[in-house]
Amino acid sequence: MSIAATQKRGFGAFLWDYLTTVDHKKIAHLYLVGGGFFFLLGGIEALFIRIQLIKPENDFISAGLYNEMITMHGTTMIFLAAMPLFLGLMNAIMPLQIGARDVAFPFLNSLGFWLFMFGGILLNCSWFLGGAPDAGWTSYAPLSIQSPGHGVDFYTIGLQIAGAGTLIGGINFLVTIVTMRAPGMTYMRMPLFTWTTFVTSVLILFAFPALTVGLFLLMFDRMFDSAFFDVALGGNTVIWQHLFWIFGHPEVYILILPAFGLFSDIFSTFSKKRLFGYTAMVFATILIAFLGFMVWAHHMFTVGLGPVANSIFAIATMAIAVPTGIKIFNWLATMWGGSISINSAMLWALGFIPSFTIGGMTGVMLASAVADYQYHDTYFVVAHFHYVIVGGSVFGILAGIHYWYPKMFGRILHEGMGKAAFWIFLIGFNLTFFIQHFLGLMGMPRRYWVFLEDQGLDTGNFISTIGAFLMGVAVIILLINIIYTAVKGEKAPADPWDGRTLEWAIPSPPPFYNFKQTPLTRGLDPLWIEKTEGKGKMTPAEPLGDIHMPDGSILPFIMSLGFFVAGFGFIYQVDHNAWLLAVFAGIGTALICMLIRSLKDYHGYHIKKEDLEREAD
Amino acid sequence: MKGMGKIKALFLLSFLAIVLAGCGKENLTALVPKGTGAETSMNLILLSTLVMVFVFAVVIVVYVIALVRFRKKKGQENYIPKQVEGNKTLETVWTVIPIILVLILAVPTVAATFELADMSKSGDGVNIEVTGNQYWWHFNYKGEEIQTSQDLYIPTGEKVYLNMISSDVIHSLWIPSISGKMDVNPENVNKMYIEAKEEGVYWGKCAELCGPSHSLMDFKVVAVSPEEFDQWVSDMQNVDPKAQPQDAVAQEGKDLFEEKSCMGCHAIGSSPAAVGPNLTDFGNRSKIAGFLEPNEENLVKWIMDPESIKPGNKMTGNYPAVSEEEAKKISAYLMQLKPSDITPESAGK
Repeated sequence: MSIAATQKRGFGAFLWDYLTTVDHKKIAHLYLVGGGFFFLLGGIEALFIRIQLIKPENDFISAGLYNEMITMHGTTMIFLAAMPLFLGLMNAIMPLQIGARDVAFPFLNSLGFWLFMFGGILLNCSWFLGGAPDAGWTSYAPLSIQSPGHGVDFYTIGLQIAGAGTLIGGINFLVTIVTMRAPGMTYMRMPLFTWTTFVTSVLILFAFPALTVGLFLLMFDRMFDSAFFDVALGGNTVIWQHLFWIFGHPEVYILILPAFGLFSDIFSTFSKKRLFGYTAMVFATILIAFLGFMVWAHHMFTVGLGPVANSIFAIATMAIAVPTGIKIFNWLATMWGGSISINSAMLWALGFIPSFTIGGMTGVMLASAVADYQYHDTYFVVAHFHYVIVGGSVFGILAGIHYWYPKMFGRILHEGMGKAAFWIFLIGFNLTFFIQHFLGLMGMPRRYWVFLEDQGLDTGNFISTIGAFLMGVAVIILLINIIYTAVKGEKAPADPWDGRTLEWAIPSPPPFYNFKQTPLTRGLDPLWIEKTEGKGKMTPAEPLGDIHMPDGSILPFIMSLGFFVAGFGFIYQVDHNAWLLAVFAGIGTALICMLIRSLKDYHGYHIKKEDLEREAD
Repeated sequence: MKGMGKIKALFLLSFLAIVLAGCGKENLTALVPKGTGAETSMNLILLSTLVMVFVFAVVIVVYVIALVRFRKKKGQENYIPKQVEGNKTLETVWTVIPIILVLILAVPTVAATFELADMSKSGDGVNIEVTGNQYWWHFNYKGEEIQTSQDLYIPTGEKVYLNMISSDVIHSLWIPSISGKMDVNPENVNKMYIEAKEEGVYWGKCAELCGPSHSLMDFKVVAVSPEEFDQWVSDMQNVDPKAQPQDAVAQEGKDLFEEKSCMGCHAIGSSPAAVGPNLTDFGNRSKIAGFLEPNEENLVKWIMDPESIKPGNKMTGNYPAVSEEEAKKISAYLMQLKPSDITPESAGK
């Protein structure tokens, strides 16, 4: 294969290319498309929820279906939308930011994606096969144990498969950052987005095993008559909450830290200033991650752990406000004295500051255990975590997409539509969630299928629903923008924003080998240094030579398909033994793929020096 | 600064909406506390809100000034700002001040946490064993031989101790205007105390997802003066479950109630907890099924098809079919079960 092979081909070849690709940039496209699809699905579920709550005692959807909607909305948005979209951005950009040609394990990268995708599809198959999980995204035992039908089984197995994919992705990023930085790219010269990718990957590495264990226990209780959570047989239901939140709380930081990183890059680029307090930002990130592991029981203040545990976890939680505050003020100081230009990427970043500040502050309010006796499990909490996850993570994803779209796809998103989508989304978002703080305190618990008439909750819920529709409109504008850009979008230069980091030093979109010659990094914001001090492009750290590239492979796809089939087998073998065939067939397929991968040598191929020389700069 | 104007307008609109909606229904909202627990929580809510509004104001002021002053102006295309590394003094300031703010909040939080967990006086107070069920609440007045459900009578100005356990899944007992919530787990007894400062009927809710009818698992706390409470206790203790109703229709209803094996799940009088709610004071109940207006029409609907009212409840399908005629008779019987003159209506005034 030579460079010329990336020419126009038929759809079959195009599809085959994506099914077998191990290129981190194409895997990023897959993550963005897959995560984007689930984001739309989760959004539709959200609209169903809000339509049901537009007026008191509404009968738009039934109680059972409503519980399925809330469960799938939460599960989808957290596991199948927000996280994969960040993994997509990380895949697209992080290797470029450290001057690498690829990730450390390209094959595993592909496997991670396909496991996520098949896990997500499996989970959503439940809609068509007798009902989705309905015990909430947290699936608290014993409700999840007693839930009839196979809904919760789809939850345990679907998330197990998708979670394995995420874990593989996290490990891959860790190894990539540790081993594949370009010469001169020391840890303290890495862009903040790379830093947060690194710390997020550490969180994934330590948090996901807790989820894996919890899901296994739940699966065994439901399918194989174990009794980890069955009180009648000596089990304990609170154990599930501990396991879930030991995973679940760090998960919140898995969702927010990458956003912190990319906002740091965006603020510094569009203020034309280096990040204020870089060292403090790095250590604040690490501190937040560390504390994130220590505070899980603040989700359990009302469980009855007693005043000692509640006090300890209250104080530990409040402590997170300190490093987070450092970050907010450092971003403000980055803009201070700069030359701020505002485009749609920067707008999302600017919208993030007040939104996330509200979310963070209500977080501190929630940390006050006794106040939480009122907030807990009400719309106040719903408002709080949407201010964090939408105002932080989703704004982050959208900022990242606008910022890096030219790099990823070689075209610039339409600014007018970008700005319109931002303003409509911002207004809709605040209409939806700000009022929910008050709804919660006025006596509206979360996960309520109906609220009763004459309880003073009508106006708030009505406004909230209107806001949700505005957010929907904004997402539609974004979709139109993406389609419009694909057809008529402005072609992007290598460095459309006057960028500071390495990804802007190569063409948009980058060639499949990324850097023709590995760049030499002379400091923080390496491209900026070269632009202000010298010739405006990176000095190579090596002479031009052959580049070794890995082979593509269909094995990750087939392997994941195997687990997908085995998943169905596990779910239905409780009904009929014949389904064990699917278990054996699926696991067998996966094992054979592993065997092939282990025994067959994959040599990859080389791009010849002469071919590289022929390519224009 | 067109953008900021819009954000401000937005907040204004939200606040306006809040004002229009008031602070919610008085016997439901946590914003107008009527009990000790709710008051302690409210004090912390106010303190933390003050701190947070202060922080938010500082952030927004810096943010707006930065955006206005340092926005790229025309003719500045090639201007390159000074590349500042950081500032130790500033960064120390915005590390130390948040630590102080957190401490201001942490100390009263810890104090309140221990205060609300203090059960040392439980021997002196009224002790009630609460059982959470899908989707109703059972109350057993310890030492008083009173079993009831859905309407929880308590004396005002006294700490009432609740010992709570669940018979099935996790529930969470919440009476926003009197007290914060506490989970009701299947494996261990959770304890909390509630204290109402004023007489009234307060709305209680289940706050932990417990199945399809989670949102309908409401109950009422009926706070009455200590004298009225004593009166109610003695009235309840003197109920004769065998007593024959005065009127003929109710009499027929009583027979049907036994015939249709309603007694298999429900109890009248102080016999121990059964599968379904204890119906001793059913005629006085403030609501049917926790949320419906207490009239015969609703009760007939409930008896004929509970599923249509509370999806996933455990009554559906557990008794022989009942005709509308029969349901009316049973209703007549249940609605005349009024053991006491102390009722939610008299407490609500």
